[in-house]
Amino acid sequence: MIDASLKQLSQALAARQISSVELSTLFLDRIERLNPTLNAFVTVDREKSLKMAAAADARIASGTAGPLTGIPVAQKDIFCAEGWRTTCGSKMLANFVSPYDATVIEKMHRDAGLVSLGKTNMDEFAMGSSNETSFFGPVRNPWDSERVPGGSSGGSAAAVAARLAPAATGTDTGGSIRQPAALCNLTGLKPTYGVVSRYGMIAFASSLDQGGPMAASAEDCALLLNTMVGFDTRDSTSLDRPVEDYARDLDKPLAGLRIGLPKEFFGEGCDAGVMAAVRAAIAEYEKLGATCVDVSLPNSHLSVPAYYVIAPAEASSNLSRFDGVRYGYRAADYANLDDMYMKTRAQGFGAEVKRRILIGTYVLSHGYYDAYYLQAQRIRRLIANDFVEAFKSCDVIMGPTSPSTAFKLGEKAADPVQMYLSDIYTIAVNLAGLPGMSVPCGFVGGLPVGLQLIGNYFAEGQLLNVAHRYQQATDWHTRRPAGLV
Amino acid sequence: MSLTLEQVKRIAHLARIETSDAEALSTQGHLNGIFQLIEQMQAVDTRGVEPMAHAQDVSQRLRDDVVGEADRRAAYQAVAPETEGGLYLVPKVIE
Repeated sequence: MIDASLKQLSQALAARQISSVELSTLFLDRIERLNPTLNAFVTVDREKSLKMAAAADARIASGTAGPLTGIPVAQKDIFCAEGWRTTCGSKMLANFVSPYDATVIEKMHRDAGLVSLGKTNMDEFAMGSSNETSFFGPVRNPWDSERVPGGSSGGSAAAVAARLAPAATGTDTGGSIRQPAALCNLTGLKPTYGVVSRYGMIAFASSLDQGGPMAASAEDCALLLNTMVGFDTRDSTSLDRPVEDYARDLDKPLAGLRIGLPKEFFGEGCDAGVMAAVRAAIAEYEKLGATCVDVSLPNSHLSVPAYYVIAPAEASSNLSRFDGVRYGYRAADYANLDDMYMKTRAQGFGAEVKRRILIGTYVLSHGYYDAYYLQAQRIRRLIANDFVEAFKSCDVIMGPTSPSTAFKLGEKAADPVQMYLSDIYTIAVNLAGLPGMSVPCGFVGGLPVGLQLIGNYFAEGQLLNVAHRYQQATDWHTRRPAGLV
Repeated sequence: MSLTLEQVKRIAHLARIETSDAEALSTQGHLNGIFQLIEQMQAVDTRGVEPMAHAQDVSQRLRDDVVGEADRRAAYQAVAPETEGGLYLVPKVIE
């Protein structure tokens, strides 16, 4: 059962081979045993989880269950869940018990009947690519405990890779679903901006943040995504579109598929072993009937610089709400109101979050706005236009997800710029607002490699189809780390 | 471009983050490294390019002016550091 797909779990629950309470207990026991080493979960509440499982069992018994009712999942601790501690990986919210549900939580648990196994560790306020900026300590990669799981959705990635949960949610502002998926041998999908509601998802960079599924396969991602999406009046950027079944095209043959290979993703800066695995995956796609075309994303080298203006600018504004007045941490001693703000924020935020707030404050300040913020927004347009041009000659773009396999804990922690460059292939996708995936495509020295798939706007169904067909022909996604029993 | 120590302290004050001299010094090094990366943007000619604020060019929706949410003041104030009689308490600002 631990390794079963969501479809298999759904069938087992429907056939009464196992109850949701039994299934959830299986995973809760595993969390209890393995989480002390991995640190993937920051909050587990057996009683709450089993109550949800019992309710799911009642739904199954009464014939009102949906396809995923009773299946346990892990929630990234960026999603507010009523009655659950919701920390966003920060001391600022270490004791914050949310009084309301995020839309994603409401949809997955109340509507679809999934069971929450708890809240997963993450980089503080989703700012990081290694999960080392969490106030609750780093998460360890199940493939090598001396290495990072990636970030910021590192806890979700480690949890699913170690089978502490069948699937999990993540959020992706610059690669935070795709990069940890790549580093932990998972399939992860960042939807088109606006497809998944951001209501109750603690904001980092609002024009880039997007929630999505992280799981063992494209099929699992499709089923989970079906429960997460939908128009939401409480998110002003939510898109009002017809509901679609993301699993509908999974089996569609790939004959005639045109794969765009941007020359900028196949040049210098990527580990040779990673590149070889990515090229082998593309050769496999050719065997499946796809053809490759050369495309170019000439401004993609500007995506990291533009991102580190836009994302911190939005973060400095979003995080101004943490002032010690309405919720969260408040410093113990202060002389006056201003001093309370200054001390609360100095003590409540970690170093990386402070750095990004300072960058954002500077680029938005008087006299610098045009040179930095407006220039970054203009470059954002150039980057988005590059994709529009590229998609004229191809259906899907492929390349590496991350320039290296999982790096060692501490290896990049002292140098923010080195850390930022681990997202060179993923960030452009967020700036353009496109959907992107990472799919397991091989190993280098025992560590997983991810293949990135980028689709046109609203092409999630197609991306999942392209990933699923590859997973029918290969078995990389079925490999599991050793030594976790 | 590189930030002076004075500028770092000024930004930290604008952001309302108390920063010691030692912290400001190490922050200065990190920020200047990041700005070196960001500076690559300045070589690009973007004249005539419309700034892109958002991934989807859609306009803000308007909703009907009717009550949509229930009153949950007690639940929301239960998570506040200090409240009294339905009000949030902060240090005195007017003498």
